[in-house]
Amino acid sequence: MKLRTVLLLVLVVALAVPAASIMAQDQVELRIMWYNDGNEGEVLRDLLDRFEEEHPNITVEIDTVAYADLDKTLQPQVEAGGANAPDIVRVTDTARYRPFYLDLTPYLPDPDYWEASFAEPVLNSFRKGADDTGIYGFPTQFTVTGPFINRTLFDQAGVDVPSEVMDEPTWNDWVEAAVEVAEVTGVPYAVAIDRTGHRVWGPALSNGATFLNEDGSFTVDSPGFRETAQMIIDWHERGITPLGVWVESGGEYASARPEFVNGQLVMYMSGSWQIQGFSSDIGDTFDWQAVPNPYGEGGSTGIPGGAVMAGINTTAHPEEVAMVMDYLASVDVLTEFTARTLFIPGHIGIAEAGVEYDTDDPSVLQALNTFLAEVPKLSEEAYGLQYSPIGFPLNVNIRDRLGQVIVGELTLDEAIVMIQETVDEAYAEVYGE
Amino acid sequence: MSLFTRWIPRRYRLAFSHIVNRPFELLMTGLDVAIAPLQWVLGVRRMAYFFIAPNLIIFGIFILLPMVLNFYYGFTSGQSILLENREFVGTDNLETILTCEDYGNPNTCKEDLFWRGVRNTGAYVALQVSTMVVLALITALALNRKIVLRGFFRSVFFYPVLLSPVVVALIWKWFLRYDNGLLNALLENFGQDRIQFLADPQWARFWVIVVSDWAQMGFYTLILLAGLQAIPASLYEAAEIDGANTLRRFRFITLPLLMPTMTVVLVLAFIRAVQVFDQVFVLTGGGPGTATLYIVQYIYREAFVNSPPQFGMAAAASLILASVLMVMTLAQLFFARRSEAT
Repeated sequence: MKLRTVLLLVLVVALAVPAASIMAQDQVELRIMWYNDGNEGEVLRDLLDRFEEEHPNITVEIDTVAYADLDKTLQPQVEAGGANAPDIVRVTDTARYRPFYLDLTPYLPDPDYWEASFAEPVLNSFRKGADDTGIYGFPTQFTVTGPFINRTLFDQAGVDVPSEVMDEPTWNDWVEAAVEVAEVTGVPYAVAIDRTGHRVWGPALSNGATFLNEDGSFTVDSPGFRETAQMIIDWHERGITPLGVWVESGGEYASARPEFVNGQLVMYMSGSWQIQGFSSDIGDTFDWQAVPNPYGEGGSTGIPGGAVMAGINTTAHPEEVAMVMDYLASVDVLTEFTARTLFIPGHIGIAEAGVEYDTDDPSVLQALNTFLAEVPKLSEEAYGLQYSPIGFPLNVNIRDRLGQVIVGELTLDEAIVMIQETVDEAYAEVYGE
Repeated sequence: MSLFTRWIPRRYRLAFSHIVNRPFELLMTGLDVAIAPLQWVLGVRRMAYFFIAPNLIIFGIFILLPMVLNFYYGFTSGQSILLENREFVGTDNLETILTCEDYGNPNTCKEDLFWRGVRNTGAYVALQVSTMVVLALITALALNRKIVLRGFFRSVFFYPVLLSPVVVALIWKWFLRYDNGLLNALLENFGQDRIQFLADPQWARFWVIVVSDWAQMGFYTLILLAGLQAIPASLYEAAEIDGANTLRRFRFITLPLLMPTMTVVLVLAFIRAVQVFDQVFVLTGGGPGTATLYIVQYIYREAFVNSPPQFGMAAAASLILASVLMVMTLAQLFFARRSEAT
């Protein structure tokens, strides 16, 4: 009896082990490298759970890293390739990973859907050149830079919101109003702008700056850029902006979000990606609003942007990657993602149809409408800067050099020369001239 | 008698030690069975290589190989981290870093941030090492005396050494912040204006040195204390009989006999100061502007913060740093051997 039981067990194990190994071979595991601005990782997980139910042989893991560490982590992994590399990534510096994107075209059931649904500059931003017609990824959201105000403070101070009483308020109009609000309400800071060149571009273009040349190179020096840079320097000299953002932060990106969320700041130049976080962090502590980008000689423009998702060409499972991507880029899924994350959709059809956002917060709805109204105002140069392969070097160098000017290490003239030299080097490296 | 067996009644001690030692004996016998044939094949002299091999392999993979790779990176350019995708550019990176119209003015240098890093590091090393060694010496002298709660004070001074540099920086950042910082709250309490401790370049440089001194002093105090305790008391007694006062005893007995220890302390503190990074990175991020940007942070920025990343420049800068540290190590060996000879 005992011997029979033992033999039976041996037989079961002998049959089960190869079966399990065959099953394991069929099971495909994909990995997405991801970062979060708000709740989008949570929403993505929900959506992927549904995908996995429909496709039991595919499992998708999300590796979440801090945005500040994204490029440091991702670049070595994609270059190493193989099992080290993620199969899908979410990035903002699209140009940096061009050699590593997977062309999804052969695996997509309807590539035309992708061409029709996503803006050409975004699809081109993945491509290696004019001859490249591949489809590599899609924007998870569209972002627009623009300012927020603490509406409660304006009301308490009895100061008019410039965009409500003027047709085309300038940066000067906004800053003086914010200073008055700060003085009346006793709030420490009137105005702040994130420590990144990307946030400086919008005000600079609105003030008449032109960066882009016809050959794709940049000219940094222009009256509009000087005016904007000087404006930010003046904020520091007047003590109306928190030094923690541009001065105390050393050499990296920093935001004034903590000051704004804590009610210590009247006006904050940032962008639409902050909406979900403001809704959850500020709640009903005070009323906040997004306001149109201030006007200047160059009109009123923010900078478009956003994150993109793309497949990585070292994946061992290109078909499954394309399946996941096609699922996430589909109208229903992307609509739900947009509605729950409170992002502006990067999908043309969804944007045109409108999104019923998953919120009752009036500040959120007001902010989303304001940023949607900013989209048609975006200048051509704003798109050009955002999707230029040398946009990031310009962004990083404006940030670092302007930081040095603010603390008195450089003059603005010296800083402009240094930024120009660096972007010229980056241009030569990219275009080989 | 072993401390561990003292509590066991005498008649059971032998049995206890058998029980405890048996597994070790078995293990050693097992090892002997495995190693004895190997020794027979290799010979006794070569067995040393067998025993150092595990550590050598780890050292080779994690220290030696990265050093060799770094050396190669220093002579290449490009954005890729893969060697086959990097272009060999000879000494271009070193030339770019070292090209300056006026070495006294970083703005005239092609790689101005490197030279700001060099200048900042030079000033930091000179001030941090000198202040810390003096403070560590004073503390060691005080703790060497028969004072009340001597053990407690030794622990107090050594405690910051146990903290991670990141924790140290975060504690001090909380202490020094302009908004809601403890020190500024105290100043306001006494009717004074708040001070931008981390946003003013001079203050930021000052606090970086203070925090480093605070965090590291205990370690060097301990070494100097050991040096002080090694000086024979009879020398002080003889000097006292001869009528030497405290200052003269310090000048003619303590200082000369403490010199070998002091040399070690100075060299260790110097090397550590040149390599400063983590603590300052968290405390000031290298700012305001580049006021506390030191060489290692410059290397980090070039490789991991810049877009596109400049791995070649970062590697070339680290080669320069390694050369400086190597010179310092050789100087330490020279001084140590000279003091041994005398």
